[in-house]
Amino acid sequence: MTPTTTVFRPAAPARVLETAAAWLLGLLWILPLAYAVWTAFHPAAFSTRFELGAPLTLQNFANAWSAAPFARYFLNTTLLVTMVLAAQLVLGTLAAYALARFEFPGRDLVFVLILLQLMVMPDVLVVENYRTMNALGLRDTIVAIGLPYFASAFGIFLLRQTFKTVPKELVDAARVEGASALQVLLKVYVPLARPVYLAYALVSVSYHWNNFLWPLIITNSVETRPLTVGLQVFSSTDQGVDWSIITAATLMTSAPLLLGFLLFQRQFVQSFMRAGIR
Amino acid sequence: MRLPDRVTAWLLLLPALVLLVAFTHAPALATVWDSFWSTPKKGRPSRFNGVDNYRSMVEDEVFWKALWNNLIYAVGTIPLSIALAIAMALWVNSRIVGRGFLRLAYFTPTVLPMIAVANIWLFFYTPQYGLLEQITQGLGLASHNWLGDKRTVLGALIVVAVWKEAGFFMIFYLAALQQIPPALAEAAALEGASRWQYFRRILFPLLMPTTLFVLINALINSVRMVDHLFVMTRGGPDNASTLLLYYIYQVGFSFWDTGYAAALTVVVLAVLGVVAFVQLGFLDRRTHYQ
Repeated sequence: MTPTTTVFRPAAPARVLETAAAWLLGLLWILPLAYAVWTAFHPAAFSTRFELGAPLTLQNFANAWSAAPFARYFLNTTLLVTMVLAAQLVLGTLAAYALARFEFPGRDLVFVLILLQLMVMPDVLVVENYRTMNALGLRDTIVAIGLPYFASAFGIFLLRQTFKTVPKELVDAARVEGASALQVLLKVYVPLARPVYLAYALVSVSYHWNNFLWPLIITNSVETRPLTVGLQVFSSTDQGVDWSIITAATLMTSAPLLLGFLLFQRQFVQSFMRAGIR
Repeated sequence: MRLPDRVTAWLLLLPALVLLVAFTHAPALATVWDSFWSTPKKGRPSRFNGVDNYRSMVEDEVFWKALWNNLIYAVGTIPLSIALAIAMALWVNSRIVGRGFLRLAYFTPTVLPMIAVANIWLFFYTPQYGLLEQITQGLGLASHNWLGDKRTVLGALIVVAVWKEAGFFMIFYLAALQQIPPALAEAAALEGASRWQYFRRILFPLLMPTTLFVLINALINSVRMVDHLFVMTRGGPDNASTLLLYYIYQVGFSFWDTGYAAALTVVVLAVLGVVAFVQLGFLDRRTHYQ
């Protein structure tokens, strides 16, 4: 983090007030999660009774785990985010390289057409994409969940901006040594863009881990459903109002991302920053 | 032998372009086309019916309700989450006590799945034994069914959206703030500017490109962010909380009226198109796209 300026530090009373406001907001922001943790780790009787001596339990997690095929959902989501990320990285790298490195007629038009996807996301085109998947015979497959996202305008854009900063001398030197276009890409561009790849990977994984509407529409069975849809099916089918189990399932669903975020907080925040600066 | 540059370039672009065209451009155009056709039913194939779908849309009260709700949703969510994001970024960027915790707390909602946290918020708002009820009862206030009341349901959803988004937008402001040289603040202080003047006259204008970028994102999100409706309200009560994309889902995949769903999608595309046009047209050069 860069040093922050001490100029315009408010006087003591105002400072205390501001710190209090910042903390109040922070506590409010963490409250839903804290509340979920409380409910999930205590017996149902304590789900709205906040007593210091309340007994801790993992029973809610065990119950949730056995009440729905969460293991399968975890597998499906893992397959999904891995597949999407791999495709996005490969396709994005190739396209970004073409846009950043080569001069060709129609380049600007192609770029604008790609950027269009930043606005008109697959998330909105669910009706037509459902029809397409049906025609391709891909309905209710994990591939169908990922396919509309394989070519990511955001990824192409991010990599293009990064590739443009690669010094021309490096490229020319490699060309003189007889490297092919593909070798230049792999030996010069890709290594230099490593931090951007990490940033993009974190953004992509958290997006697709959390995505819901399209998977809900295109999947119809336990074998394909990702966690988000599995959780929704689980919590909306007759569980009564056993909040303890639902919150346990909720935490389970979010846990991998949350843990990843806690462990790699700095990288996460910086990745999102990098992805946003452009 | 080396391929000419333009052949190499097109070959590199080909896989991404094929998929982009197949799942973005083609379906966008197909949506417009299909909106002029009736929904195929058993024994009755789809037929061209002109603007019939649009005519029913004009007469559809639920559509107007969804459009109006979406407008309120956007107006309620965007300015508030941007203002909070700026405040959060300024705090986290200053020497505040517990900076690490605050950054963590503000940003956490961003990484949580909306569908998961919606369950927690649903519990929050539950009548009688939800957390909010416990607090209001503790204060001796009357019981209130926040999600069951037409007047409060949309507000309750806006709160969730603001909570989810503000920390995400904070990151972009934080990034921008760290690019601003501290010398500016020192100079302003030497000139005798107050803290508010410094923010109003220097910081805020410098953050303008970020604000525009965040604004575009927030606009898109106000169309796209409907996951919590599935858990919390299902558009109810009496369509008081239905939003456009949720309504499209209902029409397309509960009522299976795909022709009408296409017409509704055209409205969403038109809205997004205007946003895209504004951005590509004249914000382009002044913001991030260089």
